[in-house]
Amino acid sequence: MTVALVLGALLAVLCVVWVARPFLREPEPVDDTLAEPEARRLALLDERDRALGALKQLEFDHRTGTVSDEDYRAAVGGLRREAAEAIRALDALDAPPSERKEVALVG
Amino acid sequence: MPELGRAALVVALGLTVYATLAGGLAARRRRRRLALSAQNALLAAFAATAVAAGVLVAALARHDFSFVYVAQTTSSDLPLAYTLSAFWGGQEGSLLLWLLVLTGLGAAAVAFGRRAGQDVLAWVVPVIGGVATFFALLVVVVESPFATQVAPAEGAGMTASLQNPYMIAHPPLLYLGYVGLAIPWAFAMGALLARRADERWIVATRRWTLAAWAFLGVGQLVGAKWAYEEVGWGGYFAWDPVENAALMPWLAATAFLHSVMIQEKRGMLRVWNVVLVVLAFALSLFGTFLTRSGIVASIHAFAQGPIGVWFVTFIALVLAFSLYLLFTRLPQLRSRTRFESLVSREATFLYNNLLLVAFCLTILWGVLFPILSEAIRGEQRTVGPGYYNFFFKSFGLPLLLLMGIGPLIAWRRASLRALGRTFLWPLGAAIAAGVVLLALGAGSSPLGLIAYTFSAFVLASIVLEFARGTRARRALGAPTWPAAFAQLVAHNRRRYGGYVVHAAVLLLVIGVIGSSLYQTVREEALRPGQAMTAGEYTLAYRSLDERDSQNAQEVRAVLDVSRNGRNLGTIETGKNTYPIEQQTSNEVAIRSDPLTGEDLFVIADQIDPDGTVYFKVFVKPLVNLIWIAGLVFVLGSLVTLWPDPREARRLAARSERLRSAEA
Repeated sequence: MTVALVLGALLAVLCVVWVARPFLREPEPVDDTLAEPEARRLALLDERDRALGALKQLEFDHRTGTVSDEDYRAAVGGLRREAAEAIRALDALDAPPSERKEVALVG
Repeated sequence: MPELGRAALVVALGLTVYATLAGGLAARRRRRRLALSAQNALLAAFAATAVAAGVLVAALARHDFSFVYVAQTTSSDLPLAYTLSAFWGGQEGSLLLWLLVLTGLGAAAVAFGRRAGQDVLAWVVPVIGGVATFFALLVVVVESPFATQVAPAEGAGMTASLQNPYMIAHPPLLYLGYVGLAIPWAFAMGALLARRADERWIVATRRWTLAAWAFLGVGQLVGAKWAYEEVGWGGYFAWDPVENAALMPWLAATAFLHSVMIQEKRGMLRVWNVVLVVLAFALSLFGTFLTRSGIVASIHAFAQGPIGVWFVTFIALVLAFSLYLLFTRLPQLRSRTRFESLVSREATFLYNNLLLVAFCLTILWGVLFPILSEAIRGEQRTVGPGYYNFFFKSFGLPLLLLMGIGPLIAWRRASLRALGRTFLWPLGAAIAAGVVLLALGAGSSPLGLIAYTFSAFVLASIVLEFARGTRARRALGAPTWPAAFAQLVAHNRRRYGGYVVHAAVLLLVIGVIGSSLYQTVREEALRPGQAMTAGEYTLAYRSLDERDSQNAQEVRAVLDVSRNGRNLGTIETGKNTYPIEQQTSNEVAIRSDPLTGEDLFVIADQIDPDGTVYFKVFVKPLVNLIWIAGLVFVLGSLVTLWPDPREARRLAARSERLRSAEA
């Protein structure tokens, strides 16, 4: 029983040390805040990835014959526009503040 | 060392409580080190639970009957594999397994779930911690596997029907599925708590969901195989509430796996996906509750036993928490895109979702009705197979058809003229198959004929998709046809792995229809020397043998089998009597034909002292396709789960862009 209790206590100590590790490793951190991604950028990345993925799939389905020429022509323009708009908006976000206005005006 | 087991569980409980509280605080106040510390607590909780599990395994291996759990679930003459499988054979052990798998999967999902983003991940830790706290509380306070007693000379042994190799694998597989569904639920809740409506939580948990769903599916098939060979009634699935308990979350997860594709590709159905993931997780908790509470066997067991109340309270809390978050985040979850056409891939996915969820809820009502009836009106009511079979047919046939239609329709919209051209071959194949089957006599079951005709349509659509895709890859420069096929699958594992899973479902349907609607059943009492026929088989009862095994007395009727006059050898069927457990089990004889997939299934229903045996004989066409479906299902799931380096690179580039923007 004593051995079991000692082992149990040892386990508890090891766990406490492991849990306290982030504080032991960085007692005085430069920055202790969680990074938060920008919502607008996330939404644009989603839009870009969705449009590019859909374009890729459409091209392949057109090649296999699952999508007819007529359906392909009807869909491809809209998807290209969506992808281009998302990419342009992302580039505008990444541009230095001095260039943002210009990009926005062009866009 | 029961004290070490108890101490380890108390430590695990403390750690899960810490992960919940500190994790919640860290996410709310955006404290990085505290969030990491909570994450570490989840991993440490897994380690502490693993120590407790090790203590229990050691006690089982040593037949240490001073552990009440070991004495109640094993005996000293039980073979080692079954002795160790007693870990999940009883209530306390299976709750410990839940906690072990949950903390393990939770820690791993958090460690590998960076794609969800720090903001979401910070909330996932307290959510998983909360669920783990519930199970840790159960094993510490309510159902401890480490209760001790003065060791009796012998244990009570294991239920006879559990002494089967399939029962060693069935429960852990199901538990991996049940517990695995906690991961996408926790990430969905994390995303809602972090007020993130984007698709990061879906991308981060895609493989976890697929793995949980695959484990649940394989676990059910292994359970069906166990029921077929061990329970000895001539079937593999009986709409038993505990069987339904595993089927319901699997159906909800199947709907979820399809509908998340719409969210990923079109940004739609965000609310619906959260509803589905909540439903799947709540049903997995409900499944554990049904299996473990004894509520199905008797409503009074629920009233008397503490675990039922705990589970009902926890399920209610999970539902209330999930629905509160869902309703308060509704404005952020609104989609900006709409369905463009009712004839599109996403529309067929939506129809599939509605049918799957309707079927799932129908089963749920069938399970709940007797419980509610007894609880509210004091009346004992049962819902028989007729109820379930009606809805299985009503929802199953359209689902089968959609499985063939979906892959042939383009995303967004498809013109009717294009559809006509695409459907030409699969429709032709279906009509041809229907005519041939009718000529072969399959019309004896109109339902079977319709299901097989639909199956031919689905099979043709799957073959067509692979053929067209391979041809396109060859045209794109693949050097050989096999290389083109390999490139096709490698470039879109999810799509083509999904088709392999569809092929598995198809095999399952063909096997189920063949073995149930076209089976032959004969019953006859024979004395040694007499014979009977079943379909094309003749069975001559030769003798009755008795022998002893390690822990049972076996009685076997020996039968000579022939088919159309050709000798096929000898089979043995009978019963085992387990003296310690004081139980008797049916030991059936199964002779499989590898060429046709047919089984000759013989039960010795009753054995009289004078040697007369009441035989029940089934001839089950195509039944082995069900088990082959399991292997194909695993193959399809592996193809889908296999990491895609191109996708990994794309997601890494995306994360890098986000990180550099944050910096």
